[in-house]
Amino acid sequence: MEVYKADVAIVGAGGAGLRAAIAVAESDPKLKIALISKVYPMRSHTVAAEGGAAAVTRPDDSLDHHFNDTVGGGDWLCEQDVVEYFVAHAHEEMVQMEHWGCPWSRKEDGHANVRPFGGMKIERTWFAADKTGFHMLHTLFQTSIKYPSIKRFDEHFCVDLVVEDGRVQGVVAIEIATGEFRLIQAKAVIVATGGAGRVFRENTNGGIVTGDGMALAYRHGVPLRDMEFMQYHPTCMPRTGLLFTEACRGEGGFLLNKDGYRYLQDYGLGPPEDKPRNKFMELGPRDRLSQAFWHEQQKGRTIEGPFGSVVNLDLRHLGEAYLRERLPQIYELAEEFMGVDPAHTPIPVVPGVHYTMGGILADGKTASGLPGLYSVGECSSVGIHGANRLGSNSLTELIVFGKVAGDEAAKFAKATSISNPGAIEKQADAIQARALGIVNKADGTERIAVLRTEMAKSMESGCGIYRLGTTMQETCNKIDELKQRYKKLKVDDKSKVYNTDWLLAIELGYLLDVAQVIVYSAFNRKESRGSHQRLDGYEQRDDVNYLKHTLAYYNGDGAPRIEYGDVKITKSKPGTRAYGAAGVKADEERKKQGAANG
Amino acid sequence: MGPDDLNRLRWQCRRGLLELDLVLERFLEKYGDRLEGEHLSSFQTLLTYTDDELWDLVRARTECRDARFAELVQWLRGCRDRTGFQSI
Repeated sequence: MEVYKADVAIVGAGGAGLRAAIAVAESDPKLKIALISKVYPMRSHTVAAEGGAAAVTRPDDSLDHHFNDTVGGGDWLCEQDVVEYFVAHAHEEMVQMEHWGCPWSRKEDGHANVRPFGGMKIERTWFAADKTGFHMLHTLFQTSIKYPSIKRFDEHFCVDLVVEDGRVQGVVAIEIATGEFRLIQAKAVIVATGGAGRVFRENTNGGIVTGDGMALAYRHGVPLRDMEFMQYHPTCMPRTGLLFTEACRGEGGFLLNKDGYRYLQDYGLGPPEDKPRNKFMELGPRDRLSQAFWHEQQKGRTIEGPFGSVVNLDLRHLGEAYLRERLPQIYELAEEFMGVDPAHTPIPVVPGVHYTMGGILADGKTASGLPGLYSVGECSSVGIHGANRLGSNSLTELIVFGKVAGDEAAKFAKATSISNPGAIEKQADAIQARALGIVNKADGTERIAVLRTEMAKSMESGCGIYRLGTTMQETCNKIDELKQRYKKLKVDDKSKVYNTDWLLAIELGYLLDVAQVIVYSAFNRKESRGSHQRLDGYEQRDDVNYLKHTLAYYNGDGAPRIEYGDVKITKSKPGTRAYGAAGVKADEERKKQGAANG
Repeated sequence: MGPDDLNRLRWQCRRGLLELDLVLERFLEKYGDRLEGEHLSSFQTLLTYTDDELWDLVRARTECRDARFAELVQWLRGCRDRTGFQSI
């Protein structure tokens, strides 16, 4: 097997992986970096983020506001020391991106423009027209090219981490174009492979978002934290998952039920006003809006039609000229994929799975418990999202913690050396044999598409917007069964060149492991918090028993072992998570309390 | 086109944008077997575009500089039609 000797290997070349690679390169030009990606970097899912990136900018905003929005939005399951670091370093990373050429949108006076996002007290979302993710990815990609120490392994599919002497010492990847295996030795490995939204059926994620890095770390004993928290985006195109971004609500869109009524006022988000107001109504947090949809559906107040059960996103009052100028992508999506002209007809929308809040357990410096292994981005749980991510925090997370991961991995790599190369190569051979075993199996009968569909349907039923012990138990059983059936998978294509069947089969293995963690984590959390909402006697948040992180450990063929970890609280004691008028009242009470406590 | 070529196209049709995933998946279903010669090489070239460039082309925000791609681009544009997404 061909061996490439790197100092730091980075798996995933989206925004987080690229930012980490640049950080390693800047930290020490002598360090050799291997940047491994199953697709070309510019096809990473970061490209899909349209909304923007949060950083305190306006004089009337403050780091405390950003901190409070994040921690309250996360229903107090955030690591508060990590959130403090995050909000404090967000702005400098935005400026760094600008220096590298990111075309942030500006106000007429030349200052960077910021816009409101759901759950946010004061506007702080930086954006680059309606292509923020693309521009950030492009900026990082172009910047990474400057550094000769970054060697890219595009279209290389990572099949395992190599762990020797109790620490990670490389990865094994398949070169997709040839089917050849490569051992990439490395003293430190950064996982930056994105989320796992494709575990679900109705979701907004690209097909490549299959939880690869999460599953790899998990199989090596690193726990996945808080995986029960999946964020639903409240305004998606039915049946495709295409996203009508939060910008449409930030600009003043209304959500209406079948009676044309702004139903969010019935769910603690009112009172309704004509103009958008931060943290009120349509600018409430994503989980609350998605949950309100579910309740409307139960009450028979959604609209039944060719798109299934939907509510209406009404933009008509904004007028065609304004819509075309401010929300051109949304206009086009509605016109081209649904045949709806939003200037004249409301857009039918439903909630869809959007973001994986949990991930690979990482400390505030992105390090896992496995020496040499770091994680960053959606695959990682560094601790800033808690039970519900605040919109526009994730793009900022990529760059703030991408830099941290790069710096930390570089430090680790410089202080260590590869031990026992012979044993590492032997391991790599075993990994190759296992991966080939999937395609060379003679007696397989199960089909990839069948298992994937059964998994996604079951996850939707057991781990949807609202959850019941009984249906979660059914999903636990189903995923257990699918994992057994996966062993009898049949892969038709036996070729080596671009064998997509083989790669999809490996991805399915990743998805099943992650699905199992999600449902077992959800089943065991007997309370309602953030995006995890139960209807079977556990409707309330239970801080006495569950102000805890879920930690799911790999347990071979069995169900994951579930343990719990403490939540780091520095300055925000768990309070009422309220929005709309109730939120204003809760804020005032919190302030009074703070004043009383000195 | 041999099976290896089709496999390569299938992999390279996996994109960061879900919109493109949907359009390209439908395109391959509809035209994959028929792609030969000029059409095949044009499609291979289009797949090297960034997601942003390709999506702008598919949704007619930009027009193709190269006339050889014109027919292919029309086929791609036809694949964003909403009737193509009823069963997904």
